[in-house]
Amino acid sequence: MSQVQPFTTNALLDVSGDFPVLDQEVHGRPLVYLDSAASAQQPAAVIDTVAAYHRNDHANVHRGVHTLSERATEAYEGARDKIQAFINANSRREIVLTSGTTESINLVAQSYCRPQLKPGNKVLITQLEHHSNFVPWQLVCEQTGADLLIAPIDRRGQLDLERLQELMTEDVFLLAVGHVSNALGTVNPIQDIVGWAKQRDIKVLVDGAQGVPHMAIDVADIGCDFYAFSGHKMFGPTGTGVLYGREALLDDMPPWQGGGDMILEVRLDGTVFNDLPYKFEAGTPNISGVIGLGAAIDYLNAIGMDRIAAHEHVLLEYMMGKLSDVDGVRLIGTAESKTSVQSFMLGDIHPHDLGTILDHQGVAIRTGHHCAMPVMDFFEIPGTARASLAIYNSSDDVDRLIAAVEKARHIFA
Amino acid sequence: MNTVEAIDADELRDLYRELILDHARKPRHFGKLESATHAAQGINPLCGDKLHLYLQLENDVIRDASFEGSGCAISVASASLLTDTVIGMKTDDAIHWFDQVTDRLTNESANSDFDIGKLQALEGVREFPSRVKCATLAWHALHSAIEQRSTPASTE
Repeated sequence: MSQVQPFTTNALLDVSGDFPVLDQEVHGRPLVYLDSAASAQQPAAVIDTVAAYHRNDHANVHRGVHTLSERATEAYEGARDKIQAFINANSRREIVLTSGTTESINLVAQSYCRPQLKPGNKVLITQLEHHSNFVPWQLVCEQTGADLLIAPIDRRGQLDLERLQELMTEDVFLLAVGHVSNALGTVNPIQDIVGWAKQRDIKVLVDGAQGVPHMAIDVADIGCDFYAFSGHKMFGPTGTGVLYGREALLDDMPPWQGGGDMILEVRLDGTVFNDLPYKFEAGTPNISGVIGLGAAIDYLNAIGMDRIAAHEHVLLEYMMGKLSDVDGVRLIGTAESKTSVQSFMLGDIHPHDLGTILDHQGVAIRTGHHCAMPVMDFFEIPGTARASLAIYNSSDDVDRLIAAVEKARHIFA
Repeated sequence: MNTVEAIDADELRDLYRELILDHARKPRHFGKLESATHAAQGINPLCGDKLHLYLQLENDVIRDASFEGSGCAISVASASLLTDTVIGMKTDDAIHWFDQVTDRLTNESANSDFDIGKLQALEGVREFPSRVKCATLAWHALHSAIEQRSTPASTE
């Protein structure tokens, strides 16, 4: 497992050695990876678990009586149990495995909302959302004649909580809100928001793609009806994701897709669907990916989510301070409560030029609209440069970022 | 204050040549062309680069051209250089230039017999695969405008 250093007084972790991909040079400089909000790297523990599964245990799940199928099924379902415990869900029946946050949200939009929404009903989202928590609601509102309401944000990139509450009227069927903004790093007061919604009997879906990698998540505590997240943002493989849903709601929902594994009995005149959560898992799943996600959870648990949060908090403060000291840097997203992400502009240099120059110095950041065009519209910018932190980053990484930004400033001076 | 490292990366210098930076800072023929007879939009969904290209055509000759929009230094400089280049040109020749320029910006072994003049300054993008689309966007918009397509040009 990981060679985690003892908890030091400055709260910083030193686990980059667990991540093989980080040990390389890009354009002749040691790689500094500051794009974990787009996709996080995988520790050797995950890579090795997936490889070992392919070498030793691969077979289809839930189907065979032979040994490999039993091993694969045990490892796959074992990962589901790890996920359930990791987010403190009541039951493994509430853990639906998907291809990612996007599929999880579309599943709720199409299976939960579409059959129930009527013209005049409302779906409430916010201007802070990633496109994957935006477009599925636009689609389902078009399909049903329901209205889409969008709660505004302020200049710091925080939700306007008063306005959000005003928009929570009785005819709102569901509120879909991000836990953490992918573009700005804003941490929303999710328990308060869910509490206000519950008082008005509004169902709540939380997009937790950027929440789960950075803090301990307890869905019982949050009190939401659905919580969606992705494996690859929490050091697991791509193509894995989770939809947590309250069992009573999932039970009443029609299937999302039809196919194998989601049925109990198929006859010429109809089909009896499988139990939860399999009703929503048609077809052969991403077996190795889910097993890898289980290994990622083991890895995170071994470090401890509280230590991870502390590490990232210290590093984010350092990065924000250093960045704002650079002449011409404008921070985008300065919410009071933030995690792991800083968007910024450098003078009038387009973010893509900045991204290319930084890449040339071995520093990987994300540039552009971050699949959050409504956020960019609010700030009236085409996009930002975004540096995002994870457990394997260090203060040296931040220093390299700053030196690279200084160089970009020099080139465009 | 951090010390600024010397600019040692020749490739970067090759991409951001003075001519490119100059056109990015002070784009020529920037703004809407009131007398336009043809126009097209170019969108690069990866970057969010978005530009409108305007042409005033008269008997298959480009009498005037302009562009507006927002984008990175490469896409703005490319559009600026394009307008400089095609004004006064026959549309058939402009299409030939489109073929030549896009070939030169994407293909290491492109035939360099055809003199693309100042546009050579954009050749540095060949070393930056993710930026080639920035450099060719305006040219795709030019092609669309001449062909008068109704959907936005995309580099996809």
